[in-house]
Amino acid sequence: MAELFSKKNKEALTTPLLKNNPVTLQVLGICSALAVTSKLAPAVVMGLSVTIIVAMANVIISLIRNTIPNRIRIIIQLVVVAALVTMVSEVLKAFAYDISVQLSVYIGLIITNCILMGRLEAFAMQNGPWASFLDGIGSGVGYALILVIVAFFRELFGSGTLFDIPVIPQALYDMGYINNGLMLMAPMAFFLIACIIWVQRAKDKSLQEN
Amino acid sequence: MKILRNYLNKIKPNFEEGGKLSALRSVFDGMETFLFVPNDTAKCGVNIHDAIDSKRIMSFVVIALLPAMLVGMYNIGFQNYAAAGVEATWWQMFLYGLVNMLPKIIVSYGVGLGIEFIAAQIKKEEIHEGFLVSGLLIPMIVPVGCPLWIIAIATAFAVIFAKEVFGGTGMNIVNVALIARAFIFFAYPSVISGDTVWVATEQIFGLGANVPDGYTCATALQFAANGTEILGATGSALTTCDMLTGLMPGSIGETSVIAIAIGAVILLWSGVASWKVMFSVFVGGIAMSLLFQNTLPDNPVAQVPFWQHLILGGFCFGAVFMATDPVTAARTEVGKYFYGFGIGAMAILIRVLNPGYPEGMMLAILLMNVTAPFIDYCVVQANVNARARRLTKKN
Repeated sequence: MAELFSKKNKEALTTPLLKNNPVTLQVLGICSALAVTSKLAPAVVMGLSVTIIVAMANVIISLIRNTIPNRIRIIIQLVVVAALVTMVSEVLKAFAYDISVQLSVYIGLIITNCILMGRLEAFAMQNGPWASFLDGIGSGVGYALILVIVAFFRELFGSGTLFDIPVIPQALYDMGYINNGLMLMAPMAFFLIACIIWVQRAKDKSLQEN
Repeated sequence: MKILRNYLNKIKPNFEEGGKLSALRSVFDGMETFLFVPNDTAKCGVNIHDAIDSKRIMSFVVIALLPAMLVGMYNIGFQNYAAAGVEATWWQMFLYGLVNMLPKIIVSYGVGLGIEFIAAQIKKEEIHEGFLVSGLLIPMIVPVGCPLWIIAIATAFAVIFAKEVFGGTGMNIVNVALIARAFIFFAYPSVISGDTVWVATEQIFGLGANVPDGYTCATALQFAANGTEILGATGSALTTCDMLTGLMPGSIGETSVIAIAIGAVILLWSGVASWKVMFSVFVGGIAMSLLFQNTLPDNPVAQVPFWQHLILGGFCFGAVFMATDPVTAARTEVGKYFYGFGIGAMAILIRVLNPGYPEGMMLAILLMNVTAPFIDYCVVQANVNARARRLTKKN
């Protein structure tokens, strides 16, 4: 077990969570972070799907990394990712149809999510399957974390619900409280992500550049 | 004045580094420089100072806004009593408008200045004076039915995201007050559009009259968008005279063309606003509405006469107080014509072609605010190219 969680492997797992978060630091996957975060449930499913796909793709590419001819490696990576995305999409359609309808094209568009290609190129092509798996899980969870935070605020203030359960008391509405319609629009996700980046940079001095 | 100066000098040490109240340093500094022109001199290099500093400029804009605000207050009462069908003296109407308007102004200033004070304290800078104008503009460009908590949220959003993150007064790309309005417009559309928010319907402190439940009255532009006759609060048709004096439903400060004209004269006389922007906004509006009038015979808004387009809604208010904001407008003199024309033309374009948005002035100004740096770039480049050509021709 010692070498399974060596310092390097631990880093692969934990740095994408905060220090090198794919959304707030690398600014990847922004498109889907805007599109699927108006409600919590789709955001969680999206985060989970991306985590699974990044981890699996990382493992597969890592296993065959020595046999992939360098000139066609992007095509091979794409084939692997596309196969995984199709599988996840079919599973969602079978077991969580409502959410797959809400996510619509964005599950299919995971193929184009830069986090995937980024991790495959930057990590899986050079590292073993176990390290690649941890790296994939780390990146996926880091991405899911931001999605869930954004979706939490958007659903709470935009619809007054969490996982479609009303949480803002009716008494408040009777007093004149109104849900914030802007929260349901994509631009507000930009502001929320900006706020997360703002807080993160204010807290972590090592991220501030001059 | 001497007494006040002496008093300020006496309490000043408390606010300096190490004093009892040094946490409130920026507040004191803001008050002191607001009351007295600071006589600090530049410490290095040669600097040319204008005789008028930005706090004095802001004061002129506030003075120019006062006529529109006072008429707006009177109009709140006028609309309320008219809707209820109750007779009242002009003093009662004004007082009712005052108690309706005052909380909005206090909330807007309280939230905005609070954030400015905190930001100035954190950054260890002087307080920026820009909010003096924005804080008064925000309550004037919302309907009378807009709840205070929404004004507070919108003000906070606008000051933080439109101003402080860009570096404070003078650094903002878009007009802060309009961002506050745009925030309300998109986040809480029910309090800033429709036909129930433009007339105050409840008594306050025994002032005003209770209007029966279910009372509705749309703005003039909404009537125009529906293609029906433009009606006032009493249900009778509005005359051109009403449109000029501003005794019609609408956002609080925007209705009275005459009061805005007085403000425009003050701004132009004091040199704060550019006549080029103001003039070209109206030219753009006239050109666009004439174009639509002749090309879209079936569109009810396009068939509103061009002079009515200019005096209805926020067109005048936007042209005089918002478009001319020297920070967000184009800086080059030629660019100002294009900038202003774009605002006028876009405002009418949105009014006519988008049935969902009866009023387009806010979005038009925000759009041109964003475009202004590009206009300036083009003007400067054109000048550079012209001079380069002239130089090569000579050789």
